[in-house]
Amino acid sequence: MIKTDILIIGAGPCGLFTVFEAGLLKLNCHLVDVLPAPGGQLTEIYPKKPIYDIPGYPSVLAGELVDNLMEQIAPFKPGFTLGEKADSLKKTGDKEFTLTTDKGTVIKAPVIAIAGGLGVFTPRKPPLEGLEKFEDNGVDYMVKDPEKYRDKNILIAGGGDSALDWTIELASVAKKISLVHRRSSFRGALDSVDKVMELAKAGKIDLLTEAQAVQLNGSENLESVTIKHKEKGAIDIPVDFFIPLFGLTPKLGPIAEWGLNIERSAVEVNTEDYSTNVPGIYAIGDINTYKGKLKLILCGFHEGTMMVQSAFKYIYPDQKLSFKYTTVTGVEGFTNE
Amino acid sequence: MSENIHIKVKDREGNLHELEAPTDMNLNLMEVLKAHELPVEGTCGGMALCASCHCYVISDHDLNDPSDDEEDMLDQAFFVEDNSRLSCQIKIKESLDGLDVELAPV
Repeated sequence: MIKTDILIIGAGPCGLFTVFEAGLLKLNCHLVDVLPAPGGQLTEIYPKKPIYDIPGYPSVLAGELVDNLMEQIAPFKPGFTLGEKADSLKKTGDKEFTLTTDKGTVIKAPVIAIAGGLGVFTPRKPPLEGLEKFEDNGVDYMVKDPEKYRDKNILIAGGGDSALDWTIELASVAKKISLVHRRSSFRGALDSVDKVMELAKAGKIDLLTEAQAVQLNGSENLESVTIKHKEKGAIDIPVDFFIPLFGLTPKLGPIAEWGLNIERSAVEVNTEDYSTNVPGIYAIGDINTYKGKLKLILCGFHEGTMMVQSAFKYIYPDQKLSFKYTTVTGVEGFTNE
Repeated sequence: MSENIHIKVKDREGNLHELEAPTDMNLNLMEVLKAHELPVEGTCGGMALCASCHCYVISDHDLNDPSDDEEDMLDQAFFVEDNSRLSCQIKIKESLDGLDVELAPV
């Protein structure tokens, strides 16, 4: 079990910077994120894109901004639970919330800061009838253990790096592997594309381009997938496993079940301190909404800064908070006990 | 001041919407759809980095060909047809008056 002062849900830029501002008040933070690395959208969607509206940086790559934030908050030694989804949140005492992740990690804190951005990044599921029925019975959205696919017939769908990489990786493990993609060109790294083309030429994989999966067949378990080829029409491919790899997309997810006032997939907050309707729970960054809301990283930084002041008063109602500038004592002046 | 253009949009329930859009504000179609509260996510903000503003272009207006980035993202969309586009990559300009689009299913 992990205990902290502020449990931050979402390790995007806003959640990360909040660690810094909380640290100045000697509040410890722990962050939970479903993605395996910190940075949220910046890492997952646009790490190589320049951002031009971070004060003091005429231009900074999204990935660099995340690296800088990690360096900036390092003195405050935040805890991280990455690759796990914040699942259930319960009030378990006076000023105590208990969060359990989908992998069973338990974290307790008096204050929750939801910095969930656009929500939980989840695999994009193709709109095929019966898809959910075959989940765990032949349909997988990620490859956890390649051995599962040894000597099996596999159909992978998608045209990006993960589709290409897993096709290459599983080619030597699976009995037969087919890759279906809607275009004849791929967007993945060039050497992966070359490798897949070589495997196809050598007859080691079945490459089905200009085609899309349109139907799943089977009673209990998945038995075959029907694909629609641009010229050849419908083709039935017998499979043990179908692995659609179409990237990740954010969904609001379990946050919707936590008793918070939600308007259009965003959490309503009071702009005085970004508190929600539940005392002790705050929402900052892209996940919140209020009159005049702008989804900007710099606004999220401001919201996190204001929020930790309120969180301090909530945790320690009797203590007086004296505001200090980092320019006076440096960050060391705040980290030293 | 330049003229506004008119755009026809069929939403996912089959309802028709007539939108008016200014051509002098450097808007893209995704932004216009969102401004009219049509159910388009535009998650990435218009960088052709998600596929949440996928639409079909029904009219035969002369549009720029999709960039590689846009094609790459369409690979992650579903129900992709030959007339599929990411609406964030369609710049609103005078020659698009009368544009007719349909929102793709999600």
